[in-house]
Amino acid sequence: MKSFVLNDFIVERDDRRCIRCQVCVRQCSFEVHRYDAELDQVLADEEKCVGCQRCATFCPTHALTIRSSPREFRANANWRPELLMDIKRQAESGGVLLTGMGNDKPFRVYFDHLLLNASQVTNPSLDPLREPMEVRTYLGAKPARLRYENGRITGDMPPQIQLETPIMFSAMSYGAITYNAQLALMQAAQELGTLCNTGEGGWHPDFRKFRDHVTVQVASGRFGIDQDYLNQAAMVEIKIGQGAKPGIGGHLPGEKVTPLVARTRMIPAGTDAISPAPQHDIYSIEDLSALIYALKEATGYEKPVAVKIAAVHNAAAIASGIVRAGADVVVIDGVRGGTGAAPKAIRDHVGIPAELALAAVDRRLRQEGIRNRASLVVAGGIRCSADVFKALALGADAVYIGTAALVAMGCTLCQQCYTGKCAWGITSARPDLAKRLNPDIATRRVVNLVRAWTREIKEMLGGMGINAVESLRENRLQLRAVGLEDWEMDVLGVKGAGM
Amino acid sequence: MKRVYVDPDVCMGCGLCEVYCLTQHSRSLDILKAYRQEKPRPVARIRVERHGNTAFGFQCRQCSEPLCVYACVSGATFLDDHGQVAFDESRCIGCWTCVLACPYGAIARDDARERVARCDLCGDPQGDGLPACVRNCPNEALSVREEAV
Repeated sequence: MKSFVLNDFIVERDDRRCIRCQVCVRQCSFEVHRYDAELDQVLADEEKCVGCQRCATFCPTHALTIRSSPREFRANANWRPELLMDIKRQAESGGVLLTGMGNDKPFRVYFDHLLLNASQVTNPSLDPLREPMEVRTYLGAKPARLRYENGRITGDMPPQIQLETPIMFSAMSYGAITYNAQLALMQAAQELGTLCNTGEGGWHPDFRKFRDHVTVQVASGRFGIDQDYLNQAAMVEIKIGQGAKPGIGGHLPGEKVTPLVARTRMIPAGTDAISPAPQHDIYSIEDLSALIYALKEATGYEKPVAVKIAAVHNAAAIASGIVRAGADVVVIDGVRGGTGAAPKAIRDHVGIPAELALAAVDRRLRQEGIRNRASLVVAGGIRCSADVFKALALGADAVYIGTAALVAMGCTLCQQCYTGKCAWGITSARPDLAKRLNPDIATRRVVNLVRAWTREIKEMLGGMGINAVESLRENRLQLRAVGLEDWEMDVLGVKGAGM
Repeated sequence: MKRVYVDPDVCMGCGLCEVYCLTQHSRSLDILKAYRQEKPRPVARIRVERHGNTAFGFQCRQCSEPLCVYACVSGATFLDDHGQVAFDESRCIGCWTCVLACPYGAIARDDARERVARCDLCGDPQGDGLPACVRNCPNEALSVREEAV
């Protein structure tokens, strides 16, 4: 069938700058560039280009510019070119459109409509360069009251995780991301004093040494779970849903299940690793409670147990149930959360923004007087330190970053993770591509990013005259909305600017 | 003994070391002029070998028993005061004896100039001292290390 799909990108090569070194030819994992010896020219098959910018980044003479193809049809506000192309693709394949990374549609980003306060005249701001600023925080259930004896806390304290920064790395499994990418995240978590999440793909034996900085996931596929898996980790997370694809399971195709992935997941090599959409033993809050307490029993009540859900319409009521079921941490993953593979229709249209869900959950738990019984973690679309800051002010104890950490390593959000051809070595299935990510460089980059954000958080805290992130949590008075409607401000629990 | 080492676990065979080596050994030290203008075109001293999933850049191994030095008929290749294999281009007569002697195939022929092209550990002592290939390797697969013989 003749394809009617127009290419997404155009490759512009400045021939005055091209030295025919063929670095682009070798770097492109989608085989766009090729050298023609007869013409002594590097040519491009533009229809294969995904716009990952690997070639443009590596071209030593900056001869390459990759730009979006205009694909100009008669202007139509409804039938955008992306929709036309999707229809043509499906008319030709008959299949579900797959994609990677998070929702890229222009839904309102509430972080961009919130502004922060600062101290002026009537209360002093603090200078983080001269005064200690506390960014340490603790995850876990907090007792209803503290009792002191001789200046020491007495009584039972539920297990707590100490985080040196309120930024953690979200669940990305070995298999979805490469060995080197997961190694880099774990090394970075160790260096930063935070947590990295294994995702549901098991926990590679080489990575057990990072145990104090690892959250292990128990998801519907139950891959790689045994007594050691649970007991060696710092925290256990039950994954009910994921922001990028609420209600949808996972499918790691057999070709990506290499012997090492197979061993880590405890499944035969070359078989498809299928995570069912639901956890087949959880059909109610009571079932969830049974699993939470099964995991607590298995870990001797020494690890916090988290429950992660996608942000959906009645997230607040669900979160209340999760806390009552015994979870120590509730994770809310918003509609902009990333993934290695999801049906495009689901990724772009299911779920609600993390900011709204977070504010609603935090308020509901406070209203019910159970907010202390669980920490709240938000994920999905945290793009900068100000987003982290606003999330904390909306009620989060900590945030998960996934996409931002991958971008620090090199990711350009070309959304081709599901193809296994990632040119940046982050989600690549091919070993020659996987080694493009030097784990030591990636660790350095991720550590730098989180350190920079943490510094900026201290600056923002200081500007408000606050010296600890724990004093920022649910401090919505420090937020003002611009350009939001009344109902949105009601949900967020913030006033409009000037109020 | 200073040597450039490669970590094949992270060498992705991009070939940028060759590009920067060639530029470093050009007259102009400018990448565009080196490739597009200079005649004859300079020759890279490092070569990237690729086979399957393995790739690595390699150049003079700085052998402790340097067969090239023993083979050199004109004294162009010699051991310097630090015991490093060194090369005086002006004395090379292009006989290719060292090319034949090198067990690693690490010496390239610069046919146009009738000389050999071989790694001189080109680090600029005023700068970071790193050879061009090491400084420009995008994945830090190349490193230069000093090791006692």
